[in-house]
Amino acid sequence: MRSQTLVMGAVAYAAKVVTIWDGFKEYFVKQGLEFDYVLYSNYERQVEALFDGTLHVAWNSPLAWVRAERIARARGAPVEAIVMRDSDCDLTSVVVVRSDSAIHSLADLKGKTVGVGAVDSPQATLIPLDYLRDRGVTPGTDFKVRRFDVLGGKHGDHIGGERDAAQALMAGEVDAACMIDGNHLLFVGEGTLPQGKTRVLAQTPQFDHCNFTVASTAPKDLIEKFRTLLLAMSYADAEVRPLLDLEGLKAWKPARTSGYRALEKAVDITQFYDATGNIRVADYRY
Amino acid sequence: MSPTIDISDLGLDRGAHLLIKRALRNVAVGAKIGVRGSNAELGVHLPAWCRAQGHDVTRANGDDTWWIVRSPVEEGRWRGAELAGEANPQSAGAVADFPKASWGLAARGATVEAGAPAFQFALAAKDLLWAEEAAHLYQQALTAQWNPNDAIDWSAPCELADEIEDAVVQVMTYLIENENAALLVPARFLGQVHPHFREVVQLLSIQIADEARHVEVFTRRALLKRERMGVSTVGGQASLKTLFDENEFAVASFLLSVLGEGTFVALLHFLQEHAPDPVTRQIAKLTARDEARHVAFGMAHLQYQLKHDAGLKARLAAAVEHRYTALAQTSGLNEEVFDALVLLAAGEWSPNAIAVGFNKVQTLKDEMAQGRELRLSRLGFRDGEASRLAHLHTRNFM
Repeated sequence: MRSQTLVMGAVAYAAKVVTIWDGFKEYFVKQGLEFDYVLYSNYERQVEALFDGTLHVAWNSPLAWVRAERIARARGAPVEAIVMRDSDCDLTSVVVVRSDSAIHSLADLKGKTVGVGAVDSPQATLIPLDYLRDRGVTPGTDFKVRRFDVLGGKHGDHIGGERDAAQALMAGEVDAACMIDGNHLLFVGEGTLPQGKTRVLAQTPQFDHCNFTVASTAPKDLIEKFRTLLLAMSYADAEVRPLLDLEGLKAWKPARTSGYRALEKAVDITQFYDATGNIRVADYRY
Repeated sequence: MSPTIDISDLGLDRGAHLLIKRALRNVAVGAKIGVRGSNAELGVHLPAWCRAQGHDVTRANGDDTWWIVRSPVEEGRWRGAELAGEANPQSAGAVADFPKASWGLAARGATVEAGAPAFQFALAAKDLLWAEEAAHLYQQALTAQWNPNDAIDWSAPCELADEIEDAVVQVMTYLIENENAALLVPARFLGQVHPHFREVVQLLSIQIADEARHVEVFTRRALLKRERMGVSTVGGQASLKTLFDENEFAVASFLLSVLGEGTFVALLHFLQEHAPDPVTRQIAKLTARDEARHVAFGMAHLQYQLKHDAGLKARLAAAVEHRYTALAQTSGLNEEVFDALVLLAAGEWSPNAIAVGFNKVQTLKDEMAQGRELRLSRLGFRDGEASRLAHLHTRNFM
């Protein structure tokens, strides 16, 4: 690794990821920051690369952040979240039922089947299931969980699992389905969920999504330049606007880590990772 | 006080965003609007929608109103947008000399967002294809369109002696081959024209549609009494190939429209006058009218380009000479077509009639050459040069 080049990791959850980071790379280099990126097929290997000297910074899912933070604490090599998207803040997930369903309260879920996303999806599996557990209906005990595992290791970035759960809901294969709030709007808009045929049974409190996670060994000056360039990107700039559109944001914001508590708790309860960041969950293929 | 709208029970999954966007447009960036509504999913969809749009949204505990702060995103998106000329070609500067690649497929006169992808149109300079008359010729073409089913009386009496009918079929076969060239040559260029030159694109398109119709009517006439077409010769196709392979739009339209189609107008007038049956005469009359319009555009465009491109005249002359050299070893107009034209003009087999027919075809060839010479003079070729080039034109007519 050339010491003057900032190396970032990203997970290739879709083909557009190459377009996005090639575009950002060109932009950063033009702005005087030597930048390169490495693509990973899953977040687990990317997080590990933050600690073996391969990466200076990782574009992490919230679950990857949780794991990085645990490994960092265990090793005494603290990581820092520096920047996130405006669209990473204040998300909620919803539990959706068919509008003619007899399920009107969380207690009505008892004995039913709830469709969720991939095993590692914070928004479509971990957070909503923990929300239900907190309110007295325990996954696997009070109701059956049917997982729609699409592309393990991508932490639910791939929307396919949520869409499969939504389709299963309409097909009558599950009684409820979990998804991110914006995807409910999207699925109704695209027709996956027929308009007026679903009802939102429950909505979780707000939580946050991705962030740029910086390794303790990353060169401070390059990280500072990276942070400054990101925060200066404007949607009014035609050169970066297509990249922002592809990455799904209107502006970068300084990161906060206060929005990951619900996920941390869900990770603990399910023993997805242990306190030092080892993967403990069964049936997790990536 | 911040304006507040009530969207009633309308959900964001059923168009409520239109009302919200409208209200946001009426306040300054950074100012707030209030949104009230009774849709059950408003609390799920409104924050999600605002997040995707870049607007901050809040609601105080117990409050029934959501407060949305207008983000600068929408305004920022149109920064650096530019006007792609003016729609009306009469407005000053309406048609750009060099429309930008990033204007792409946008309507002329549209406001084009900055950062649009570049479309690499090979014909993206006004000099290369413009004609002031294009809009007018397009309008003329629109009103002159005709439907082969209605415009031609296909049941008109058409009982010809076998050999005369054969001659008609051979001439139709020849015409179709040439009209295929007249259709495909502009079609190959059409996809390369920057759509900023709307009138030219429209005119070329309708010209192509004209040729498609000509191919149809010539085919229908050929098959009116026969089940098989006539012959296609090496010489005829070799001549058309030299036209088909031309890569420069100006040179191609010179060879095709000014020389080829111009010559064809004379041929069609000849058929209108001498064809032995009313169906062929009607067809010739209608197709000649279309071809004359194609010639008019070719002339108008070349007159425009010659004013701006000093080297073009020499390239046009060289193209005729080059084509002449390339075709010198071929037989020219195929004998079958020539004989068929003589027979059509003769109308019967007596030696006197054949002599008359032969003379008529000779007169036609002279008229064709004179017509080419006249058009070449109008393009600015001096008399001697115009006459020389007019006679070098392919003996295949097109």
